[in-house]
Amino acid sequence: MTPILETKNLTMEFGGLTAVGKMNFHVNPGEIVALIGPNGAGKTTFFNCVTGVYKPTSGDILISPNGKTQQRINGLKPNKVTEKGLARTFQNIRLFANMTVLENVMIGRHTKLKSGLMGAIFRPRSTLEEEQKVVQDSYEILIEVGLEQYVNELAKNLPYGAQRRLEIARAMATEPALLLLDEPAAGMNPQETKELDETIIKIRDVNKISILLIEHDMSLVMSISERIFVMDYGKLIAKGTPDEIKKDPEVIKAYLGDDDA
Amino acid sequence: MLDILKYFSLKEMKKSLIISLWFMILTFPIMVIKVNTIENTVIWRWGSLAGMGIGSFFLATLWRYLLDRKKMQSPLSSKKTLQKRVMEWSDANPRAKQGALIALGIFIVAFPFITSMYQTSIMTTALMYIVLGLGLNIVVGLGGLLHLGYAAFYAVGAYTYALLNYHFGISFWICLPLGAGLATIMGVLLAIPVLRLRGDYLAIVTLGFGEVIRIVLENWNEFSFGPSGVANIPRPGFFGMDMKLQAATIYIYFIMIAMVLFTIFVVRRLENSRTGRAWIAMREDEIASEAMGIDITKSKVTTFALGAFWAGMVGVIFAAKTTFINPASFTLWESVMILCVVVIGGMGSIFGVVIGALILILLPEYLRAFSEYRMLMFGAILVIMMVFRPGGIISNIRKIYKFEPKPSPADAGKEGVK
Repeated sequence: MTPILETKNLTMEFGGLTAVGKMNFHVNPGEIVALIGPNGAGKTTFFNCVTGVYKPTSGDILISPNGKTQQRINGLKPNKVTEKGLARTFQNIRLFANMTVLENVMIGRHTKLKSGLMGAIFRPRSTLEEEQKVVQDSYEILIEVGLEQYVNELAKNLPYGAQRRLEIARAMATEPALLLLDEPAAGMNPQETKELDETIIKIRDVNKISILLIEHDMSLVMSISERIFVMDYGKLIAKGTPDEIKKDPEVIKAYLGDDDA
Repeated sequence: MLDILKYFSLKEMKKSLIISLWFMILTFPIMVIKVNTIENTVIWRWGSLAGMGIGSFFLATLWRYLLDRKKMQSPLSSKKTLQKRVMEWSDANPRAKQGALIALGIFIVAFPFITSMYQTSIMTTALMYIVLGLGLNIVVGLGGLLHLGYAAFYAVGAYTYALLNYHFGISFWICLPLGAGLATIMGVLLAIPVLRLRGDYLAIVTLGFGEVIRIVLENWNEFSFGPSGVANIPRPGFFGMDMKLQAATIYIYFIMIAMVLFTIFVVRRLENSRTGRAWIAMREDEIASEAMGIDITKSKVTTFALGAFWAGMVGVIFAAKTTFINPASFTLWESVMILCVVVIGGMGSIFGVVIGALILILLPEYLRAFSEYRMLMFGAILVIMMVFRPGGIISNIRKIYKFEPKPSPADAGKEGVK
């Protein structure tokens, strides 16, 4: 099976600092994979390399959204990466605060729409139909994540948990093959985390979207992910199933420190 | 509700008293001491000190009252502002709204015939600032890119007409699209180097760009006739008819009305389109919008180009209206003025920009008596606006979509607010 996302020796250096060093990593279609590690391990940098925010120093990022041929996406701009089928959320919420919830999702549909400047001004039939469809589609995505009651509310007025879910809805609107979630449960209470847990599994099972998540909430990571990658100081120190990771001495050392120290 | 009497309690009075004392000390040298250098006497005007004290005492009280009242307002959208109430009322009474619009239309058409030529001319200027404001609003209000060199595009339009007419005798109606097109090209040329900049840095570069254009026009004598400018620019023709000054003034007024309507029509449609939403998303968060698949490069270039388009068009009309242009009309002050129209009116809001332009252009004309204090009043208005209404006079309200409880494809997508 061709992995949906694969990195080969991915390295990102900032000056003399190696934030990500020789990462070999892959996500198979239909999988939920977690990337964990202590603060500053380089998880978000890895995310930013994959989604095109940073151009990696060396190595390859290969994707195969359709499950057939692999293509290299190093150095592509973030919007191109999104067009190819990778969508992401952000660690610190980055919604369009002064737009309505519906409009936030409509922005997610941007790459799926065609109308340009002239279409906006002259409003031919095709544009009108497209607009009507995008409103309808976006509304349905909101129903899926359970945010339909906030449809016309400004994004900044939403409760915290709802803002997190809106970020996921917005990313899903791009119709990705792989969804990258950067600490989706950060700041959530146990109840909200549980709901998020269900949402993520639903996205995988119903929408057939593979998921890669960075997370600190271990109960969430252990309960939903099929495979876990552990990073520390920019390096991959362990990979395996949740049970294997729990027993891995390297991981325990990274999180709890060395006995000899 | 807050009780205003609360502000006259001992504690609050003490606060106001301290403020008024401070103001009395601050203004003491200019308000009280008057030195007569000829007779070598000093006049102590204690009366004005008392006036200053009492005035600042009450103003301080009022200021704190308004500030507290603003704090009491919850930020939730359930709060009904005057603006929202008016909007709801106009939705509930479509007839009355229609009537108001018709009355407004009649007033606009009748305006040049019931007032003097001077008034018509001022109103035309105000209309020009409406279009300029709406154009800049695309860049600043929707795109979120602080642009301080907007007058440069205005100059490009004006000089396009002036020079093409001077050298080749090309008429107004041909120059109108030419000026707009040239300004658009300049907009693209400016957008490319500033793609990576944002915020303060962008403001500085655009400011520099505006000055470069002005200084080139001022010094390149062979091309633009330097500071002496271009004179005897013909007014727009009407099928070759020769018009008297009064008729020409009225004619330009109606051209500007048509222009304002055209601009509002286009900007309104853009605002709620795929392109417009991408601009607003770019304003809200550049990184997130890029992650959602929006091409930031393209968005920035189109906002700059479209913004410049309107400035170029108005520039051509400006040249035709005044019949004389020189670089002094396109200084930084002009750019700042247009920016003020957008900021005071309400960023991103069409109606706000219209109101902002009318206030900022018409008020100084009718308050000629206070013309010396114009800058002072401008500053005061800006400060007060930023404290009490940071969103501008008319803040932008996003489009509301209504959905059936269980949406059927036919009903969904219908707009609630037209």
